[in-house]
Amino acid sequence: MTDRSKADGDDGSARGSGRAAFRVRGLTKVYRTGEVDVHALRGVDLELFEGEMAALLGPSGSGKSTFLNILGGLDQPTAGTVWFRDHELTAYDEAALTAYRRDHVGFVFQFYNLIPSLTALENVALVTEIADQPMSPFEALNLVGLAGRIDHFPAQLSGGEQQRVAIARAIAKRPDVLLCDEPTGALDSKTGVVVLEALERVNSELGTTTALITHNAGMAEMADRVIRFADGGVVEVHVNAARRPARELVW
Amino acid sequence: MRALDRKLRRDLRRIWLQALAIALVIGCGVAMYVMSLGTLRSLDESRAAYYERYRFAQVFATVKRAPDRLARRIAAIPGVARVETRIVSNVMLDIAGMAEPARGLLISIPERHAPDLNKLHMRIGRSVEPGRTAEVVLNEAFSQAHGLLPGGYLHAVINGRKRRLDVVGVALSPEHIYALGPGAIMPDDRLFGIIWIGREALAAAYDLEDSFNAVSLTLMRGAQEQQVIDDLDRLLEPYGGVGAYGRDDQTSHWYISNELKQLESMGTVAPLIFLGVAAFLLNIVVSRLVATEREQIGLLKAFGYSGRAVAWHYTKLMLAIVTVGVLLGFAGGGWLGRGLTELYAEFFRFPILYFRIEPRTFAVAALISIGAGLAGTLSAVRRAAMLPPAVAMQPAPPPVYRKTLVERLGLDTYLTQAARMILRHIMRRPLRAGLTTVGIAMSAAILISSMFMMDSIEVIIDVQFNRIHRQDLTVALAETKPIGIVRELARMPGVMRVEPVRAVAVRMRNGHRSRRTALIGLTAESDLGRLIDHDLNPVSMPPSGLVLSAKLAEVLDVGRGDRLEVHAMEGRRPVARLPVSAVVEEFLGTSAYMDIAALNRFMAEPPVISLAYLQTDSRLETALYDALKNTPAVAGVTIETAAVESFRETLAENMLLMTTFNVMFAGLIAFGVVYNSARISLSERGRELASLRVLGFTRGEVSAILLGEFALLALASLAPGFLIGYGLAWSMALSFETELFRIPLAVSRETYGFAALVVLASATISGLIVRRRIDSLDLVAVLKTRE
Ligand SMILES: Nc1ncnc2c1ncn2[C@@H]1O[C@H](COP(=O)(O)OP(=O)(O)O)[C@@H](O)[C@H]1O
Ligand SMILES: [Mg+2]
Repeated sequence: MTDRSKADGDDGSARGSGRAAFRVRGLTKVYRTGEVDVHALRGVDLELFEGEMAALLGPSGSGKSTFLNILGGLDQPTAGTVWFRDHELTAYDEAALTAYRRDHVGFVFQFYNLIPSLTALENVALVTEIADQPMSPFEALNLVGLAGRIDHFPAQLSGGEQQRVAIARAIAKRPDVLLCDEPTGALDSKTGVVVLEALERVNSELGTTTALITHNAGMAEMADRVIRFADGGVVEVHVNAARRPARELVW
Repeated sequence: MRALDRKLRRDLRRIWLQALAIALVIGCGVAMYVMSLGTLRSLDESRAAYYERYRFAQVFATVKRAPDRLARRIAAIPGVARVETRIVSNVMLDIAGMAEPARGLLISIPERHAPDLNKLHMRIGRSVEPGRTAEVVLNEAFSQAHGLLPGGYLHAVINGRKRRLDVVGVALSPEHIYALGPGAIMPDDRLFGIIWIGREALAAAYDLEDSFNAVSLTLMRGAQEQQVIDDLDRLLEPYGGVGAYGRDDQTSHWYISNELKQLESMGTVAPLIFLGVAAFLLNIVVSRLVATEREQIGLLKAFGYSGRAVAWHYTKLMLAIVTVGVLLGFAGGGWLGRGLTELYAEFFRFPILYFRIEPRTFAVAALISIGAGLAGTLSAVRRAAMLPPAVAMQPAPPPVYRKTLVERLGLDTYLTQAARMILRHIMRRPLRAGLTTVGIAMSAAILISSMFMMDSIEVIIDVQFNRIHRQDLTVALAETKPIGIVRELARMPGVMRVEPVRAVAVRMRNGHRSRRTALIGLTAESDLGRLIDHDLNPVSMPPSGLVLSAKLAEVLDVGRGDRLEVHAMEGRRPVARLPVSAVVEEFLGTSAYMDIAALNRFMAEPPVISLAYLQTDSRLETALYDALKNTPAVAGVTIETAAVESFRETLAENMLLMTTFNVMFAGLIAFGVVYNSARISLSERGRELASLRVLGFTRGEVSAILLGEFALLALASLAPGFLIGYGLAWSMALSFETELFRIPLAVSRETYGFAALVVLASATISGLIVRRRIDSLDLVAVLKTRE
């Protein structure tokens, strides 16, 4: 486990460095619910590059979440392989996946999943306590513009604020990849922009490889690449000529 | 409604282990109740039938010697139904193949017909026949202990002469269900036997022709027992009567009643604890169900189900669990009750055995259980019934947490986030955490309240046999002898020390309070028989005045310096007002002591003794026993180590069974409480724990956050558990206290330790089962859904 050095990503600030953070081959996921099989992923081949921001776009049920969850080590595929740098994730067991999540991955979900019994600062500290070389919780909260709210419990924060705490919690350990599943899905567009700005800032300032699920084409303009899913497969990969800043987005 | 019932069935199947744990806790309570009350009633009825059929007497008295014609005057006392006069005598026995001397109670029976009262139930052989003066019938326990059957024989020292007795029969008697030797506290079937012998043979041996020295009688319906006793005492007084007494003071009856009393207290306290815990468990389970199903409740109401229908739905869930518990309890209680009744009946050797559990017992158990269930679920069911549909359809607001007191005091610098989560979660629902703690505490309490008896018994043994009675042997003399006999005893083989003792039967009176007891005279230098104070330190015998055991002082309501009227009931029957010089500690009996010289002066007799305490060399015991058996002056020998052993054995046997049950029950309570509370907590916080897993926490770390809370509560429950257990033990010691037996409240460290071990082990097992659930949390599924 000592070879998972951060050195691999040192040049990550140059976005889209060309080196693959993830290499996915023939990824297949079949959910067996009673009599019927649901093919959530049908042989996906894809790379995600160090430092880039990739938007995963597609209609509901097209397999985006399933794909992201497998990359994040939350779920295991039915077939196919996923490489994270030099490591074959699909060969990991439960303990190795836990360690992988702990050391390399930051998650942001549509539902913020904060721990209700911990304050904003403590929710972030929860992660920094088990991380290798984290930033201070305060620094992380400052990065998402929440320095003034550190002592509030989740029940005392608005939805947008809770989501930004979730982002701070995800980035505080300086993860190598940040996986976001519809982070603005439960927010109005004005609040959503603030959240996206936070993600944008993390990606550019820390060079964290970021995958962002959305089913909103407008939002995808802030990404380097737009990967379009449909019916369990990738149907199109589009490279944006220029990234549009989050604050200019409309949807 | 049919669809709702289907939902009910699925709900039950989903939480089956929780439901089962609760049902088992209820089942335990119901089983204890049914078992105790069923056994109690069955034994009570069996005993009553036994007494009835074998005409167990109701009033008893002994005299020195009274003429037979007095019997007619006794029969004429108003309220007396039947009278039977007898000759009884305590003798020393010599049995082939047994070194130590045993003691026997010789009781005369008519040769030509069955006794009118206290009839024998013949087990083997026949009764004695006229003219055959050596024929005897033995009580069954003694016969079995020695393998003495008809055709066998034994020797007894009767009135100073050793006589051979031929066994012709083996019998049971309602009078000696519990056969206790003189000075014994527990039956020892090897060292004490009841021997029935022909009246003529015994009369001849004691020169009591046309006389008797014991009388027993039954009363007519509605007769005043105390009145009859007083009249009888007046009649017997001139003949050396030592005071008549009723069944309540009859040893065998008294002991059995005590055992039954124990069953009764077992049948009331423990079931209430179990049902209380069950009510709490039902409360948390149904509350949680209502909380998770609030949207469904809203929907049902939107569709037109009434609040009453919703309430009934959840009530039925409770009823289903209670019903299973009650049925399990009925089955278990019936089964255990039958087993226990048979066990007791065998122990008591009842020739008649009824086993019956009254329908009322079942009905009461079921009603109380349903009552407990309703009490536990009422608040949750009401909440469900009152929930307005519009509110119910919205998701519940996020739980509100606060910083705990520890943190507000700034003592939290060293707390990890995980520790913070545990603390705040406990503090968010202090009532529930408190009840959980109390629930677990009950487990330890039940254990302590039952196991402390063993500790107390050890204290009793230590005090009675190591501090007060330090002699190896007590030699009882057939009649008082000049003190010179001490030298004779001292010359016997292996005797290292002899102390003279004089015991006089007295009645002590303080106003209307009065007690019969033995006044025991010891020398000031007495070291084998000692007096101890409240702190168990030896105190020396004051040269004059009375020394009372604490219980006797309490009963007579006197203290140091007060005076008591003392009526001697033997010799010249002197009466005097004597001062109380000291009050001493004693757990068995209500003895009184006096300096032996002062006692002899009070009796207006020269220096005489009636007992001797011996310290002996155990290597020479066979020779000593032999010498004692062949000393006519010796009426009997009590072997103190044997007394201790039989005391311990009898109690330990009873205790082992009870302890096994209690460990099971206590384990079940701890398991039920921790398992249910942890499952509820898991269902409330599954999402939170899954989030932690997503963030990279291991299964162990996540489990620690949930189970850490319960580990903390289980540990926190120990102190209150010990305290409640001590309280229960205190009330039990009090409820078992009688004039014959005081139970010191002693709980050993081992008992506390064992209780803690059982509680923590059960909590750990339930924790491990919940842990398996935590391990299989579905991360993805949890995160997809809203709370
Ligand atoms: N746990 C599951 N069991 C069965 N089917 C599932 C499960 N999770 C997802 N699916 C199915 O897999 C397909 C892909 O789902 P998902 O990856 O969540 O799509 P998206 O995130 O693009 O909306 C859908 O048809 C969904 O119904
Ligand atoms: Mg999705």
